[in-house]
Amino acid sequence: MGASQARTEHPYQDLMDKTGCNDMFGSKEDLASIPALDNNPLRKQIITAFFDKRNQHENQVGFFEEIGFEQFVMVMSHFRAPTLKTSEEEREVMRKEKLRFLFNMHDTDNDGTITLEEYRKVVEELLSKSGALGLEAAKAIADAAMLEVASTNVPHMAPDDFYEGITFEHFEQILKGLEMETRMHIRFLDVDTTTMRCGKTTS
Amino acid sequence: MRCVRRAASPQGQYQSSAAASPDDSARPAGSGRSLPGRGLLLLTVLVLLEGTVFRLGAASTPDVSGHDTKDHHKATAIGHNSTKKAFPVLDLDYGHIQTPFEISLWVLLASLMKLGFHLIPRLSGIVPESCLLIVVGLLVGGLIKIAGEKVPPVLDSRLFFLCLLPPIILDAGYFLPIRPFMENLGTILIFAVVGTLWNAFFIGGLLYAVCQIQTGNSSELNGLGLLPCLLFGSIISAVDPVAVLAVFEEIHINELLHILVFGESLLNDAVTVVLYHLFEEYSGVGTVTVMDGFLGIISFLVVALGGVLVGAIYGILAAFTSRFTSHTRVIEPLFVFVYSYIAYLSAEMFHLSGIMALIACGAVMRPYVEANISHKSHTTIKYFLKMWSSVSETLIFIFLGVATVDGPHFWNWTFVTVTVILCLVARVIGVVGLTYIINKFRIVKLTTKDQFIIAYGGLRGAIAFSLGFLLKEDHFPERNMFLTAIITVIFFTVFVQGMTIKPLVELLAVKKKQEAKRSINEEIHTQFLDHLLTGIEDICGHYGHHHWKDKLNRFNKKYVKKCLIAGERSKEPQLIAFYHKMEMKQAIQLVESGGGVKMPSAMPSTVSMQNIQPKKLPPPKTVERALPQLPKGREEEIRKILRSNLQRTRQRLHSYNRHTLVADPYEDGFDKFILKKQKIIELENKIKEMNNYLTVPAAPTDSPTMSRARLASDPQAFSVKPDSDSVPIIQVDLASPQSPDTVNVMDEFRRADQEENQGLMMRCPRGPSEPKKSEDTEGARDQQKLMRCLSDPGPSADEDEDEPFLP
Repeated sequence: MGASQARTEHPYQDLMDKTGCNDMFGSKEDLASIPALDNNPLRKQIITAFFDKRNQHENQVGFFEEIGFEQFVMVMSHFRAPTLKTSEEEREVMRKEKLRFLFNMHDTDNDGTITLEEYRKVVEELLSKSGALGLEAAKAIADAAMLEVASTNVPHMAPDDFYEGITFEHFEQILKGLEMETRMHIRFLDVDTTTMRCGKTTS
Repeated sequence: MRCVRRAASPQGQYQSSAAASPDDSARPAGSGRSLPGRGLLLLTVLVLLEGTVFRLGAASTPDVSGHDTKDHHKATAIGHNSTKKAFPVLDLDYGHIQTPFEISLWVLLASLMKLGFHLIPRLSGIVPESCLLIVVGLLVGGLIKIAGEKVPPVLDSRLFFLCLLPPIILDAGYFLPIRPFMENLGTILIFAVVGTLWNAFFIGGLLYAVCQIQTGNSSELNGLGLLPCLLFGSIISAVDPVAVLAVFEEIHINELLHILVFGESLLNDAVTVVLYHLFEEYSGVGTVTVMDGFLGIISFLVVALGGVLVGAIYGILAAFTSRFTSHTRVIEPLFVFVYSYIAYLSAEMFHLSGIMALIACGAVMRPYVEANISHKSHTTIKYFLKMWSSVSETLIFIFLGVATVDGPHFWNWTFVTVTVILCLVARVIGVVGLTYIINKFRIVKLTTKDQFIIAYGGLRGAIAFSLGFLLKEDHFPERNMFLTAIITVIFFTVFVQGMTIKPLVELLAVKKKQEAKRSINEEIHTQFLDHLLTGIEDICGHYGHHHWKDKLNRFNKKYVKKCLIAGERSKEPQLIAFYHKMEMKQAIQLVESGGGVKMPSAMPSTVSMQNIQPKKLPPPKTVERALPQLPKGREEEIRKILRSNLQRTRQRLHSYNRHTLVADPYEDGFDKFILKKQKIIELENKIKEMNNYLTVPAAPTDSPTMSRARLASDPQAFSVKPDSDSVPIIQVDLASPQSPDTVNVMDEFRRADQEENQGLMMRCPRGPSEPKKSEDTEGARDQQKLMRCLSDPGPSADEDEDEPFLP
C-alpha cells in the first residue's frame, strides 16, 4: 500500500508544496463547491466515494467527516492505468480493485450486495438530468438489467426463489467484457499542476 | 453472322466445361448432394461468360455498329423516297442498349461469382474472396483476349473514383464505430500521416538510388528522375481501404486492430492526394523547392480539414432534412445517399479529400438521422449500403483482374522486385518505429503481436492502380513500368498477405472480435464510468479527455439535437434510446422465432421478473413488466389495434401474395405492432396454465436473410448465431391475477379467437400436458409464413446514439 501511494504521490507532493495545502483536511462541502461538478449527474456519489472508508482498503466501514491528503490520493489510486510492464496477476488485482470501487459506489448500505432498490437508484441518478421521461424508464431499465444479471449468473431458479442482489462475484462476471483496468483511468502524469485546486476553490 | 457463331460455340464451350469439371465429382461424398446445383451454377457462369465475351466483342467495335445504325437510318430516310423495303419483323439493334446492357452483365457476373464462392465452402475458407475475384477477372480478361477482341478499359479511373469507390467508403463511414475511432484517433492519424509519408519517401528515395546504381544494365531505369520515383512511392505507399476491408472482414480480428488499420487506410487518402498532385505537378518541371514543400504541407491541411468540413456540412444538412420527413418516409434513404454522394463530389471538385468528406458526412449525420427516420428506412439504408458496397468491391476486384490482362505491361525485374521488397520493409520499419513513439502516449499499449498484424495488414489495392492509371503517358514514359509494378505489389499483398493472414492470426493467437452483443449492464456502466471519470477529472482540475468529451456531449444535447432531431426524441437520453432499441430488437427476434412457442434454444434461463422482485403484496394497479410503462391512452390504442390486427393477420396468412406486402398497414405503427405481438405472446403464456419457465429464445437459427460476413461483422447487425450469455432476456412475466390489465386483454383474446380457429400464434387453451411438439410444428409452419412477411431482420441495437460500427 505504501508503494502504491508513493507512485501517485509524487506529482501531488509538488502540488502540496506549491499550493500550501499542507493543512488541508477537506470536507464534503469543499468538494461539493467545485463548479465543474454541477453538471455531473453522479455528483453526490462521487463525492461520497471520497469519504467512504471502504475505499481506503483498511477494512473499515463508515464514512469520514473530513479527508486528508492521504485519503484523497488513496481514492485516486484506483484510477491508475496498467503499463506494458504490468503482469497478468497485477492486472487482475487492479481490475478487482477498480470493480470493488464501483461496487462500493453502488452498494450504499454496505451489505455486500447491490439490491434492486440500490440499482434503481443508480440508474435514476444517471438519468436524473433527463427529466420525468428519464425517471419512468429508469425503473424499467434497472429491472431489465437486474434480470440480466440474474439470468447470466444463476440461470436456473425456481419460481419461488428470490434473487437477493448482485454480489461482487456476479458484478465482476457481468462487467468482464468491459476490461476495466484499461477503461477506468485518468492520466496523472500530464496533469497540469497550475489548474489543480486540491478540492478547494481558489480564493 | 455473329449470331450464328454465338449459337454454335456455347455448346462447344459447355462440352469443354463439362470435361473441365470432373474435379467437382472428385470432391468428397458429403458434398455430392449439391453437385447438380454446382454444376448448374458453373454452366450459368460459363454461358454468361460466353455472353459477356461476345457482347464485349460486339462492344469493342462500337464505331462499326454506330455506323451501321447511322447508315441504316440514312438508308431508310432515303428509302422513304425511293424504294420500299420489306418491313423488318425482327431486328437486332445492339448499339441501342449496349452500355446499360454491358454494365448489367458485369454486375450480374459479379453477383453470380459471389454466389458461386459460397457454394464452395472449402475454397472460401482458405482463400479470401478478393483473391478469387481477381482470378475470375483474370479469366474473363483472358477469355476476351483469346476471343481476339480488345479488352475494354474497365478500370477507367473516372468510373472507379466516381462510381465504384463511393459506396464502399460511405458504407464504412456510416457504420464507423465512433467510440473506438475517437479513442484511437491520435494513433490512427500518426499511422496515416507520418506512416504514409515515411513509406512514400523511403520507397521513392531508395528506388531512385537503385536506379542510379543501375547504370548501363537496363537503360530504361536510368532515365528515372527523383520526382517520378517519389511519385511512384506516394502512389504505392497508401494502404487501401477496399483491400483491407475485404481481407479483415473475414478474419474477425479484435476491434482495436481493425479500427487502427482500417482508420489508417481511410485517413491516408488526404496524404496520398496531396503527395500525388504535388509530385505530378512538379515532375514536369523537375525540381521541388522548399517553398513547394511548405505549400504542400499547407495543402495537406486544407485538403484534410476541408474534406472533413465539406462532409460535416452536408451531414448536418442531411440530418436537418431528415427532421421533416415524417410524412414521406419512402424517400428518407434517398436523402442519406444523395447528400453523401454530393458531399463526395463537392470535395472532389475542389481536389479535397473525397474519402474524408464521405466519412465525415456519414459519421456526422448518422446519430441524428437514425433518431428521425423510420425503422424501415433504417433497414433500407443499411441494406442498400451493404449491397452497393458489396457489389462495388466485387466489381473492383474483377476489374483489377481484367485490367491486368489488358496491360500494357512493361516488366522490369529489378524495378518490380525492389519495389515489392521495399514496400514490405518500409511498412515494417514504419510501424515498429511509430509504435515505439506512440506507446509512450497510449494507455493501452500496442504489443508486438499487434504491431505485426498492423504491419502485415497494410494491403495495397485498386486505388493505387487507378492513381497509376491516371498518369499520362506523355508526361511519364515509365508509366507502364509503374503500372506493372503496382499490379505486382497489389497481387502480392492481396494474394500472399491476404491468404496467410488468417492462419497467422490463429497461430499468433491474436485476440478475436468479441462476438457478444452489448448488454444493458455494460451500457449502464459505460455511461456511469464516463460520468465518474469526468467527475474525477473535474475534482483534479484536470481538463482531460473526458472533460472535453463531456462538454461536447452537453453541447450536443443542448443545442444540436434540438435542431436536428424531430419531436420528442431530441430529449431522449442515450441510455433510454439504447434500451428501446434493444427492446425492439428483442421483440422482433421474438416474433421471427415463433413468438415464444418454441422452447428456449440457447439460453435456458428460468429466471423471471418474479425472482428479482422482493416478495410483497403487489399494489393493485401496477403490473411489473420488463417493458416501459405505457401511458393509459396508449394501452387503449394497443387493444384496439390488437383486435383489428388479429383479423388482418389471419387474412394475410390465407392469401400471401405480392400485394399484401406492398400495402403494409404497419408502416408507421411498427413499435405498436411489436408491443401488440408481445402482448399476444404474454397471453399465450398465461393460457399455458401460468407456465413460467418460458424464456425468450436468444436468436432464430434460420433467418432468410443471412448473408455474407460483412453483415455479421457489423456488431450490431442481426446475428443469426445462437447467442451466448449476454443477451438481455426480457421475461414475459406473470401479471398478478388481480391486475385489471390482464383480464381485459384476456377477454379481447377470447372474443377474437372465437371467430377463427386458425390463428397466427393463437391456440385454444390447452392443458399443459398437451405435447408442445405438435404446437411447435404447426406454429413453425405459420411462423414461416409470417417470417416471409416480416422478412427484414430488424434494426440493430446500437451502442448509443453517437456510436455506430463494427467490432
